Amino acid sequence: MRPGSDAFPLRVAIIGAGPTGFYAAEHLLGQPAVVASVDLFDRLPTPYGLVRYGVAPDHQKIKSVTAVYDRTAAHPRFRFFGNVEFGRHVGLEELRAHYHQILFCTGAQTDRRLNIPGEDLPGSYPATEFVAWYNGHPDYVHCRFDLSAQAAAVVGVGNVAVDVTRVLLRSPEELARTDIADYALEALRESRVREVYLLGRRGPAQAAFTNPEIRELADLPGADVTALPEEVALDEVSRAELDRTQDRTTMRKVEILQELAARRPSGRPRRLVVRFLVSPVALLAGDGRVARMRLVRNRLEATPAGTLVARPTDRFEELTVGLVFRSVGYRGVPLPGVPFNEDWGVILNERGRVLDPGNREPIPGLYTAGWIKRGPTGVIGTNKPDAAETVAHMLEDAAAGRTLSPPEPDPAAAEALVRERQPAYFSWADWQRLNELEVQRGRAAGRPRVKFTSVEEMLAALGR
Amino acid sequence: MISVTGIGKEGGFMNIAHVLARKGGHVFTIQPRRTVREALEALARHNVGALVVVDEENRPVGILSERDIVRAAVRDERLFDRAVEELMTRDVITGSPEDDLRAVAHTMTERRIRHLPVVAAGRLVGIVSIGDVVKAQRDEYLGEVETLQMQIGEGRV
Repeated sequence: MRPGSDAFPLRVAIIGAGPTGFYAAEHLLGQPAVVASVDLFDRLPTPYGLVRYGVAPDHQKIKSVTAVYDRTAAHPRFRFFGNVEFGRHVGLEELRAHYHQILFCTGAQTDRRLNIPGEDLPGSYPATEFVAWYNGHPDYVHCRFDLSAQAAAVVGVGNVAVDVTRVLLRSPEELARTDIADYALEALRESRVREVYLLGRRGPAQAAFTNPEIRELADLPGADVTALPEEVALDEVSRAELDRTQDRTTMRKVEILQELAARRPSGRPRRLVVRFLVSPVALLAGDGRVARMRLVRNRLEATPAGTLVARPTDRFEELTVGLVFRSVGYRGVPLPGVPFNEDWGVILNERGRVLDPGNREPIPGLYTAGWIKRGPTGVIGTNKPDAAETVAHMLEDAAAGRTLSPPEPDPAAAEALVRERQPAYFSWADWQRLNELEVQRGRAAGRPRVKFTSVEEMLAALGR
Repeated sequence: MISVTGIGKEGGFMNIAHVLARKGGHVFTIQPRRTVREALEALARHNVGALVVVDEENRPVGILSERDIVRAAVRDERLFDRAVEELMTRDVITGSPEDDLRAVAHTMTERRIRHLPVVAAGRLVGIVSIGDVVKAQRDEYLGEVETLQMQIGEGRV
């Protein structure tokens, strides 16, 4: 019998309760002709993935996307199994015994390295660890960041780099109105960082940050923002490219940066210098920790396919910085028993179908979506068409009878397995109670919420 | 460790690596001395529009597209036994995994290239078709629209 009817629903396990997991669940549960039933697993007790632990605390409006996910969670055939880790509490073979299809949406969980000397000196950190820490991610609560240096460098000009820069430059009063973790707020109160360098290896026209993001930096009440006129002037290749593409958004970005370069400092307590066409080549130690950063100046060169890439010149300089955050890209992490494509740092897949590395044919019942499928790119919403592509293939395979044949497809059997392996699992109702408690604690303090930041704390809050 | 999202572009613009990541790593190749008949069989079997022509070390030396074969067929009805290298396009523009999707889209459109072999460290690692590029760009725009609609309160919240 083919699954997909009221009497015999298509049972799907989704691993990873970030935006992609919810978009996939929404697509699966919204099918008019197929009855699907979805169990969404996450290794943390809390849902929403990077919306909760990645998006910056001063960007509450972006976090409000969770209202869309809550609608999906309200569906009668949706269940949440939080605090249940794939490969630890439940493995691939157990899921195969309970589900027709298994979908991996675990994101990109490690930082790319700079591969330069001194990268691991005290005082040099992956930006994403700092982000997870200030957002109260249970795995990062015990991190310590030494914020006693006067000057910091943030390597990279993507969204994460901009978030970290903004958090470093905001006043404690501004941060106190957000849902930043309490311990991070206290640590940032004591921060002595007064100067931040944001470092891009390419030019202003190639910077990955958006125009609203750079404007938000420029409008920070407590910081003067500047750039070097010679670095924000368009070089010949970039000008030729803009003439050709007539890309107005990028033209505006360059204008904004040129306006910043022309600004006079107004005596605000902190300062940001946005730098372009520089790459760190070494971190140099003083007293056993980062004291200086050696930079090489780059020039731009077009590849045969037309991309302007940075090439190092023979000109070097040094920045005096005691704190470095590295943010130059991310990579997915292999999951136990799931084929991985080392070239791109993703699950080996073809448009969402997981492939057998031997014959490159789809493995029945296994799928992937989101960053662990295509790599870390796009905005939150990009994961919706990405999830839709995978779900379309799941439904096509289900209609053709190409699913797993689980001996125990009954939802109660899956729940019994979870309960046995992880008695401290969180249901959606558990999360809703936790959410109310967090919001309540926030209300008293004039904040959107005050997060629980350890699993023990979360369990205790629910009286478990 | 954990990574981060928002309205901005995270690691950077979408690039060729992101397009190849969900293509399963298939690159259909053929050697220059093979026949056009063999090439046609491969094109049909794999349902693709072009084969990368590679030497013994798997380095691209040309590309053979449906269009190359159509053009040759007009002049020579008995082209099936000819060698791939007689028909292939030799001046192949190749991409690298770091190439920006946008730049590649422009280059492919302007130079009327339908297939871009991708080379990393001298090794052929994939091929990107204009269809792949269009789809990736469409998903990128759809995602931005989705996110912006949600933020201005037009999402179905």
